[in-house]
Amino acid sequence: MNRFLLPFGIFLVLAVFLAVGLNLNPREVPSPLIDKPAPAFQLPQLHDTGRTLAAQDMKGKVWVFNVWASWCAACVEEHPLLVELSKRNLVPIVGLNYKDNRADALQWLQRRGDPYTLSAQDADGRVGIDYGVYGVPETYVIDKEGIIRFKRIGPVTPKVLDEQILPLVKRLQG
Amino acid sequence: MRMLLMLLLLTACLPAFAKEAAPAVDDPVLEQRAMKLAAELRCLVCQNQSLADSNADLAIDLKNQVRSQIREGRSDAQIREYMVARYGDFVLYSPPWKPTTALLWAGPFILLIAGALTLVMVLRSRRARIVTTELTADEHARAQALLGGEDRR
Repeated sequence: MNRFLLPFGIFLVLAVFLAVGLNLNPREVPSPLIDKPAPAFQLPQLHDTGRTLAAQDMKGKVWVFNVWASWCAACVEEHPLLVELSKRNLVPIVGLNYKDNRADALQWLQRRGDPYTLSAQDADGRVGIDYGVYGVPETYVIDKEGIIRFKRIGPVTPKVLDEQILPLVKRLQG
Repeated sequence: MRMLLMLLLLTACLPAFAKEAAPAVDDPVLEQRAMKLAAELRCLVCQNQSLADSNADLAIDLKNQVRSQIREGRSDAQIREYMVARYGDFVLYSPPWKPTTALLWAGPFILLIAGALTLVMVLRSRRARIVTTELTADEHARAQALLGGEDRR
């Protein structure tokens, strides 16, 4: 009996390691931007290109920063949730329209609803790079001092919203 | 018919390969440095490819970023730092030695040492189990008979 105990123990340890490894999402790379100041930007607004939007404009407010594009399939998935969130008036949502065509973006918003308090246009994706964006949609929570507190890669789900984003926003606003 | 349709669909995606990052041919030295750096950096969209190998949109943008930063006279270390500040150590194919990466670097050596120790222990316990017994005169005679009379003692 004792003879089998050791190999069995090794098997168990390996099985646990593999199970954990297989259940991790390789796309979720920890962002080095958490607890760092949100990179500054100054971009034309999507709806009115004559006006600009800067990260600085949001200082003093807790805000949600959502990176999206009309060519992004997963954005369609999370969009109703953002529209619903905007109706609850809990937190301003700022949109970053990432590497998109302006006409396509406007049409997309018209069709699906516009949850964004303000929308910036990042046509060449430079601001996206500064925010470490690599898989649209990505969502950030930024606090009153302009520090990034949370980052979600991929679509926001009801679970992420209710269990992570909203409690964090409430605490930061508090 | 189905075959034809499939062939048609296959050829339809051929032009997609034509899309490529415009290399800075005007400056081969710069391009060589950019590509050497890009080979050390991971493409985050297609995680098992380096920036140099990948033609994903983001990889092309980042390669252009590397090129323009080289033109601005930034060092390789500065460019690496720029990428790490945005995407984390994960962008580096050769991550730095840190408390969080210690296991990654030391792991194989720990396993090697553990394996060697186990081997030594098993060999030792095996040697302890070998018992040498002398043959009695009777047994010796019998063995000799079985082996055909040759004394090999």
